Formats: sequence, structure tokens, C-alpha cells
Amino acid sequence: MSRTVVNAVVNGEPVEFLAGGGQSLLDALRDELRLTGSKEGCGTGDCGACSVIVDGRLVCACLMLAPEAEGKRIETIEGLADNGHLHPLQHQFLEHAALQCGFCTPGLLMASKALLDRNPDPTETEVRYWLAGNICRCTGYDKVVRAVMDAAADLRQEGRPK
Amino acid sequence: MSDGNQPPSSLKVVGTRPIRPDGVDKVTGRAQFGADFHLPGMLTGRIKRSPHAHARIVKIDTSAAEKLPGVKAVVTGADLDVGAGGDIEAGEHAAAMKDVAANCLASGKVFYQGHAVAAVAATSPEIAADALDLIEVIYEVLPHVVDVDEAMAPGAPVLHDDMFTKGVTPKPAKASNVAQKHVMGRGDVAGAFAAAAVVVEGRYTTAAVHQGYIEPHACVAAWGADGQSTIWCSSQGQFLVRAMTARILNMPLSDIKVIPAEIGGGFGGKTTVYLEPVALALSRKCGRPVKLVMSREEVFLASGPTSGSSMDVRLAATKDGKITAAEMTLRYQAGAFAGSPVNLGCMTAFACYDVEHLALVGYDVVSNRPKVAAYRAPGAPMAAFAVESAIDDLARKLKMDPIDLRILNAVKDGAKTVYGATVRYSAFIETLQAVKAHPHYQSKLKAGQARGVAAGFWFNIGGESSAAVHVDEDGGATVVSSNPDIGGSRASMAMMAAETLGLPIERVRCTVADTTSIGFSGSTGGSRVTFATGMAVVEAAQKVVADLKRRAAQTWECDLAHVEWKDGVATCLDPSKDAKPLSLKALAGKSAKTGGPIAAEVSLNAQGAAAGYGVHVCDLEIDPETGRTTILRYTAAQDVGRAIHPAYVEGQLQGGAAQGVGWALNEEYVYNAKGLLDNASFLDYRMPVASDLPMIDTILVEAKPNPRHPYGAKGVGEVPIVPPLAAVANAISAVVGQRMTSLPLSPAKVLAAGKAP
Amino acid sequence: MSGVEYLSPGSVAEAVRALQVDGARVMAGGTDLLVQMRIGRAKPNVVVDLKRIPGIADIREEDGAFIIGAAASGAALGEHEALRKAWPGVVEAANLIGSTQVQGRASLGGNLCNASPAADSVPALIAAGATCVIAGPNGEREALVETIQVAPGKTTLAKGEVLLAFRLPKWTAHTGDAYLRLIPRTEMDIAVVGAGVCVTLDATGKCIAARVSVGAVAPTALLVEAAGAALVGSSFDDAALAKLEAAIAAAARPISDKRGTAEYRTKVAAVLARRAVLIARDRAKA
Repeated sequence: MSRTVVNAVVNGEPVEFLAGGGQSLLDALRDELRLTGSKEGCGTGDCGACSVIVDGRLVCACLMLAPEAEGKRIETIEGLADNGHLHPLQHQFLEHAALQCGFCTPGLLMASKALLDRNPDPTETEVRYWLAGNICRCTGYDKVVRAVMDAAADLRQEGRPK
Repeated sequence: MSDGNQPPSSLKVVGTRPIRPDGVDKVTGRAQFGADFHLPGMLTGRIKRSPHAHARIVKIDTSAAEKLPGVKAVVTGADLDVGAGGDIEAGEHAAAMKDVAANCLASGKVFYQGHAVAAVAATSPEIAADALDLIEVIYEVLPHVVDVDEAMAPGAPVLHDDMFTKGVTPKPAKASNVAQKHVMGRGDVAGAFAAAAVVVEGRYTTAAVHQGYIEPHACVAAWGADGQSTIWCSSQGQFLVRAMTARILNMPLSDIKVIPAEIGGGFGGKTTVYLEPVALALSRKCGRPVKLVMSREEVFLASGPTSGSSMDVRLAATKDGKITAAEMTLRYQAGAFAGSPVNLGCMTAFACYDVEHLALVGYDVVSNRPKVAAYRAPGAPMAAFAVESAIDDLARKLKMDPIDLRILNAVKDGAKTVYGATVRYSAFIETLQAVKAHPHYQSKLKAGQARGVAAGFWFNIGGESSAAVHVDEDGGATVVSSNPDIGGSRASMAMMAAETLGLPIERVRCTVADTTSIGFSGSTGGSRVTFATGMAVVEAAQKVVADLKRRAAQTWECDLAHVEWKDGVATCLDPSKDAKPLSLKALAGKSAKTGGPIAAEVSLNAQGAAAGYGVHVCDLEIDPETGRTTILRYTAAQDVGRAIHPAYVEGQLQGGAAQGVGWALNEEYVYNAKGLLDNASFLDYRMPVASDLPMIDTILVEAKPNPRHPYGAKGVGEVPIVPPLAAVANAISAVVGQRMTSLPLSPAKVLAAGKAP
Repeated sequence: MSGVEYLSPGSVAEAVRALQVDGARVMAGGTDLLVQMRIGRAKPNVVVDLKRIPGIADIREEDGAFIIGAAASGAALGEHEALRKAWPGVVEAANLIGSTQVQGRASLGGNLCNASPAADSVPALIAAGATCVIAGPNGEREALVETIQVAPGKTTLAKGEVLLAFRLPKWTAHTGDAYLRLIPRTEMDIAVVGAGVCVTLDATGKCIAARVSVGAVAPTALLVEAAGAALVGSSFDDAALAKLEAAIAAAARPISDKRGTAEYRTKVAAVLARRAVLIARDRAKA
């Protein structure tokens, strides 16, 4: 089994880890870097629980090979809060009770962040279609969508940069 | 004891919407779920599974796998040892332990594709996967049967040659796939049908559907050299995991400590064990911790969905719409081993309505599919699909408004259900009226749109729970709950304690304890945690309050009868004493002087759980050329007693409705001719995604709080999945002009129906 | 996935050499390959990641003709204003592949070479008349998209060959394309049926050229010449559309599987083709 050294930037910090040729980025994040916030719900890109942002692009970490992380900038749920200050998305998810079991929540938050980075004023329909790749079985999505729209309003008001 | 009929305005915390105390961990990725644990020396476990739907195991040869470098342990069914003893209570049903063990690792036969036959623990996932390939299993493939009606037919392949239908006299001479026949009823059904002005009837079928929790089953098991073991797992019941694992490995309960991880959804599907006994058996063989996690494919192949069903229903009514009699036969799949929730289907089918003459027969039928597990109101949604569709037929026939028809027939307090309980504190009629008055129901439909209405019932249970309340030295409090939190219950536990103690919610935290740190509890399920564990929390908090009053009296040297506790402060009512009020903080600060630590633990068996009733309304439209359904508007109303934390109660209604919509439209298990599952992934097992649904409005009816609960709570978690199947089907039937009787209502089915004359 | 070697060649020549090894599989976005590796359907010894090859993910215009790098992601296509304006059907087809997350990675090259009969972008590319630029041990060649898929999972690419780019024809005025698919949910499903259409009109709005392609109704996406012929010379009147639908129904030879029955697919293919034709026509007029 050939493992290679991979250097990347994860949540703003340079990291180095060993990656198997066929190992997924998700497994590398969880098992090599011990960042267990990204979850495996299916391993085949159908549920979004492993959503991370790579070089500004929302992807499923289970559909990327760990060696591909070389030289990339990766954002995971562990980096969403800013030194302990919750991101407006995290704050609104809590306010709206937009989580029950919380398993899909990291993926939903990263996907929502990627949306708001790109589209600061989405409609309800745009939110729903963007988040279609994040399956939630607990909430029925109602409060999730409301939380995202309110977080978008918060960010617009703050005039926050990405 | 607080009166559950307390008017909401006097409550300070209950009924508000604070941030849940465990929330930050969940939005930052810090919360630890079953697969998130790492231990030194931990091995990866993997399970080898049957490729056949039905086969005899001729031989298992694990020698090559055992020799592979990096493989530390291999186990088969021979490594399990189910001790003596009866069934174990598992929430809403008892579990036959011999079957649970054989389901964890097969013994003699495999009964479904995916049935576990062996397991390995190795130093890496890659080696574990290679080891599975080296395990040689020789099967004698047998004919299989998958469909419930086919499994009941004479000549069907028989799964268990020791299965003689229970509930039938005389005992059948031949083994069959019918595990049990349930019969219940009352009155003179034949006579009522003969005299009826109107009769409606229909045959309804539903497919097996999975709970669909996003987190696959996961555990880490660590065997200690002295036999004391620890298991971390994603489960709805740490005591249940302990009991089942101990039984399957023939160990004393006190030698297993089960630590409940955060759980990523359960809906009843995690009230049994699949992995824990296997992981512990592996760990026992090599002395190292073993992590065992199911892939999503394994979740579909080898963890319990709920039953598919085939049902016949007939209703007899007067020309004014009063249902005088009902007759129903229910046939539910149990999967590989006995134990479908068909009896619960019988009990709940007509529980919303006051029907004098009833005859219900339920058949529990095995077939070559994974063993079913509980799924949110187990047994009720399918039965309600049939009954609520038939009632819709009746409304059409009599040209009555569907809500009015249901109000006419609704149960009232004092009526008796078919299973012998007396209806109490029911707000079903109020719920129906609330729906009728709601803007959704009042709104006009556009051309091509249709509306479906349906009701549903669930018992909600009480049961055994434990909780402790500890007062911290600085005047805050910690609640220790015996129940894994699958819906946000830590918030309501903290709120109820805060209310009782008179503290602001920010000073009360709630944690879920392992099996060594709190008294016994039944699983999280049955919509019982807010009710039963909540009751334990409140009683513990009340004991703490009594203790605080005693300490205040001691401090003031006054009579206990003169101490009042209000809003977290003790006041002396004796005018002769110069006694300044003592806050909880003040009393906590000097607890050592007044008797020691301030804490109380309560274990109870909660009685007086009140049933819940729901009414859902669904507007939708169909693309007439493709049969594709778009849900336009959805409202879920429910009799909730009192919403401790309204946002989380709303969440239960919305989540259950969404699951029901998926059940109605797209979810099903698809088997091929070899009895192999065709759609073991989220790609082709189609659960609703965010763009499939509109906002889901909720109506929380608090007209009749449950006086048996300190704050009036009724269970709410399960009722919401019961009405949606018929709410959707009734709307689609209205659009296509034909009764839709077979779920799921996929586009092809709907298109075909629309075209039929 | 034990023993898989990951290679990331920096040139076409390197990639071609790497792909000549037994058990080597090419990867662009990886959204099909990794799934197949995960479920054990693909067991490569070597994964050859194309994404470091210069230009392999670029989208550029040459004299009004678009050249799309085979590894360009669906998201990148969707963000390319000029491409979206010229070929909205190709872009919307590419943007229907999977979720937003999958869109961040999935490519036209992967979608075509994975050769699923239900691939969303293929009918749109065929309708547009796109060609593939292919490099291999014997040099470069170009082939029409409809010649690439042979059977589910099989293409006419030889060992060592790699798809580098798609070339769309030079865009002309009064041309419009569209893609529609039928899935049970609103997202996240494999197409039960897909229809890609490209039409060109004359100044009066009459159809002077039409290509109609349907997916998921045969082992490969089909170019239904009779359907295109039914439109040419017409003003998209009911008679022409009825002929179009009949041609589609005649050409479709779908299977029944967990995603749809043959009968249903045939019916809906005709419906979608007709609807896509009308959208394409409206775009051509605009």
C-alpha cells in the first residue's frame, strides 16, 4: 500500500499527513487529522454529510481522493467559528432549532456557507435547490431554510467579507 | 406535584424557546457520534455478509483470514452464546434474544442478502477488507420469498421449520411463514354491515421503507483483561445495548458499561443491536478495542426497515356518515425473523374514531428480507393509510367535508379503544377544528391542484426512566438524564428542571449518562422521554426543592411549613422571624453546613402517558404527462398537551411529515428476481430533499394538557408520521380521479392511474 | 482500496503513458470513479488524475467555437457567462448532474466516458453537434460525441486514450438548445429519461436544422435523426410535434429497472423531447 505525504492548508493552518492512494479526503480528515466533524453518511456523494469547501468550491470529501488535497485550501466545520465566535449560520441554526440529531448539520452549515459566499441574498427556492445535496431526515428542512435566510440577512447587515 | 393544567402564563421557562444546551457542540463539529471515537490500539472491524437471499450455511472456513498479517480476530455465530432468559423489553416490543443473536451473526442459515455470517478485526480498513475476501463460506442456496402475500401462500419457501403460527387453535401441523395471528374486536360486525346504508372497501399495499437516519450504525467496543468492557455506541438505549449484548455474550450486566454517543437519528431503528455484540466478541478474542461501523449499503441490506404491508379494509356507515362498523385484515412483513408491528397496526387503525363494531385480524409474516425494526409509530402509518383512504372514499360517496366526517366520528374522552384503554384528555376534535379554521384549509385551490386530509393516532408510552438533579456550589444545576437525546430532549429536561427549581435556563445544563452513572431506563422511543424522563427530572427537582426548603428552615430555625419556594428563592412566611430570603445560590454555597451536597435521583415507571392525535393537510399538483407530484403546501396539526419547547415540538411534526411524504411518494425497497436488493443506496432509495418540500406549517393544539405530567406534556414524536401517507394519497387520488391504493405513488403509477378509464 | 497508486501527470504525454498500464483508470472529477471504487465495481491499480494537465479544465472560445476542457466542472460551466448564453442547453444539462457538491467536481468528460445510458450531459452535447478531442499513443483524433458511447460502461476509447476536450460547433444566430430530464424527486436522481435538442431557425421562425437526442431509453444516448427530420421545414406546428413524438417513441428501446419501466420511459421521452423542442425554439427566437 503506497502512502504519500500530503501538504495542505486546513481551516487556515498548514497541515501534513500521510494519504493512501485510494483513501478518500473524508477518511484522511477524520482518521489522519482527527477532524471528525465531517461525517460519513453514505460514502458515495448522495447525502452531503461530508461537505467541505476546497479552494472555494463546495465538494463532498468522500468523492475526493486524499492525495488530491496537495496544495489545496480546505475549510471544514471545525473552522467555521472564528476563534470561538459562532458564524451567523451557526447562530441562526441554534436560534431556529434547525437541527435535531445534528449529524447532517456540519455538512449543511458548510453547504450554506458556500451558498452565502456566492449569493448573499438567495430566495427560498435557491436555498432549497442549493441544499438539495444535503439530506436531513429529522427536520423536514423548514427550520433549516429559515435559518439560512436569516443568516444571509445577518451577513448582509454586517457587510461581512467572506 | 405540579398540575398539568397550569395556565401557560404562569410558567417562566416551559413554553419558551431557549437555545438547546448541547447545541454548540453540534454546530461546531465537536459532538462525538459513534464513529468519532479513537482509542489507542483500536482495530477496524468489518462484517462478511451473505450474498444470497436464503441459504443454508454448509461451512465457514476462516483459517486463511486468521493467518493474514494484521488480522487480530475473526468471529462467527459460534462465538455467540445466548444465555437463558426470556424476551427483553425493547421500547414498544419485546425482542426474542435468540433471533437478535442470529441476526447479529447467522446460525445455520442465512435469511436475507446481507445477513452477517462472520466478522474480522484488523489493524487497518484495507486489511480488514482483504480478510473478508479470504473467509470462505459454502452455501446451499434455497428458494426465497420476498413479498408478504406470496410468503403466506401455500407452497411458499418456509424460512423457519420451527415456526408454527401462534394465535391459531389448533396449532398448525405444518410450519409456515406466518409467525403469529392477532385478533381483536368487539360487537357484531356482520350484523352492522348487513344493516349499513353505505359500505366502502379497498385493498391497500405499502412497501418496506427504512428509517433513513443519516448516521450509519457505529460502535467501539473495548474488552478489559478482567472481563469488564466498555462500549461506545450510537443507540437509542444504552441500557438496552447493555442488556442485549450481555445476553448474547452470556456476560453479567455489570461487566458492560455502555456510553451513549451522540446519535445521528434513530426513529426506532436504533432500539436493537447489530454491531455491539459482534464488536465486543472480536475485542474479547484479541484484547484490543474494535470499531465497527456500517456502510450505507450495509444499513440498507442489514438493518431493519419497517414492514411492507398488504391490507383489506371495509367500513360500514349510516347515510349521515356515522361509521358503525369496520373490518380489517392486515398482513405485515417481519423480515427474516418474527416480530412485525402488525398488532400495533390493529390497535391503532381505528383508534381515532368511535366505532362500535370492529373486527381486526393481523398476520405477522416472515420473508427473506432484513428483520424489521421499529420505525416511528411502528405499524400505525400503514394501517392509517388504508383507513384514512377508506374514510376519504366515504366522504366522497356521501359528499361530506372530510374534516366534518372525522369530527362526527371522532373519539371523545371516556370512549374505549379496541385494545381496552379508555380515551382520556383527548383533543382530537379540537385538532380537527383547528385545521378547519386554518388559512390553509380555508384557501382555494387552483385548477389542477388537489387537497388531501388525513388523521392519525399514536399511544405514546411512559415506562421506566431515571434522572438526577445536582445543585452546583455556585447555584447552578446539572440534570443527568438516562436517555439518549434524539430530538433535542436535553433542552426540555433542562427547561423542566429550571422551571421547577426557579432558575433561569442558562444556569441549568443537561447531560446524558452512561449505564453506570444513572439508574435504569427504557430506551428513547415511544414518544416517552419528555413525558417519562421529564417526569423523573421534575420529581428529582421537586425533591431538591424540598431539600432546599428544609435547609432554609434549618437556617432560619423556623417551621418547614413557613418556608415558601418561588422563582429560585426561599422566603420565610413566619412574621416573627427576621429572616432574609435565601436564594438557591446562597443555600448552595453553604450546603456543607446544612447537610451536605444537594442532589436527588429519581427512578420511576411513569404512568399516565396520554395518546396523541394528528391531522394533516396536503396540497399538491401532478404533471399530467409524466405523473410527477409536486407538494405545494403542507400543514401538520397535533394534539400535543403542552409544548415544553415549542420549536422542538414543531420540529417533530415537520420531520415526521417529511418522512411520511417520502413514504407516500418515492421510498421503497426494490428486489430483483433473485431476492437481492436493487437500491441499497441513497441514490435509488429516494428520501425527500430540501427542494422536494415546501415550508411545513404546524398547529400545536394545547387544549388538553395531560394532567398526569407535571407540565402537561404528551408524547409528540411519533404521531406526525401517521397521517401523511393518506394525506398525500388522498390528494393524488383527487387529482387523477381514482383511488390510489399502492404506495409509493411513483410517477409511473400516477401516470398509469390518470390514464385509466 | 488497498494498494491503489495515485498519479497526477503534468502533461498529456505522461497521462497517455500512465493509462497504458493494466488496471489504470482515468479520473477527472472522480464523482463516478470514486463511487465505483467504494462499492467494489472498479478496482484500479492506478488512478490517473488529469487535473494537473494544463488546460484540461479550461473553457475557451476560438472563432466563436467553444472548447471545453474535459475536466472542467459543471459548476465552472455554469459560471461561464458566454458559454451559458451560447449553449444554455449544454450548460443546464451539465448543471443537472448530481448535487451542488457533485457539481463542484463532475465533468463532461467523466459524464461521457462513464457511459451511463442516463448521463445528463450527453444528449445535450449530441444535439449540439459537439465533438471530442482525444489523445492517445497514436496521436490526437477528433470524433463526434455520439460515436463514443458503445454500451453501458463502454466507450470507443482505446487503451491509453484520454479525452482532452469537447469542441462545440461555431455558434450561429437563431440557434437554441435545451435539455430536460424526468426524475421522481426534484434533484439527486439519475435521469429516468433525458432529452436534448438543438434547433436553428430561419428569419421567419421556420426550422431549418434540428438535432434531437434522448437518454436513458437505450444502452447509449440516441441521436434520433427521424425526430430532427420531422421538425425541419416546419414551424413547430402540432403535426410536426406529433411526428417528432412518434419518431422518439419508435426509436426508444428502454429497459425496465428500478428507475422506471420501459413503457413509462418511452411515453415520457416523447413528452420531454417535445417540451425541450419548444424551449429550444423560444431560445432560438430570442
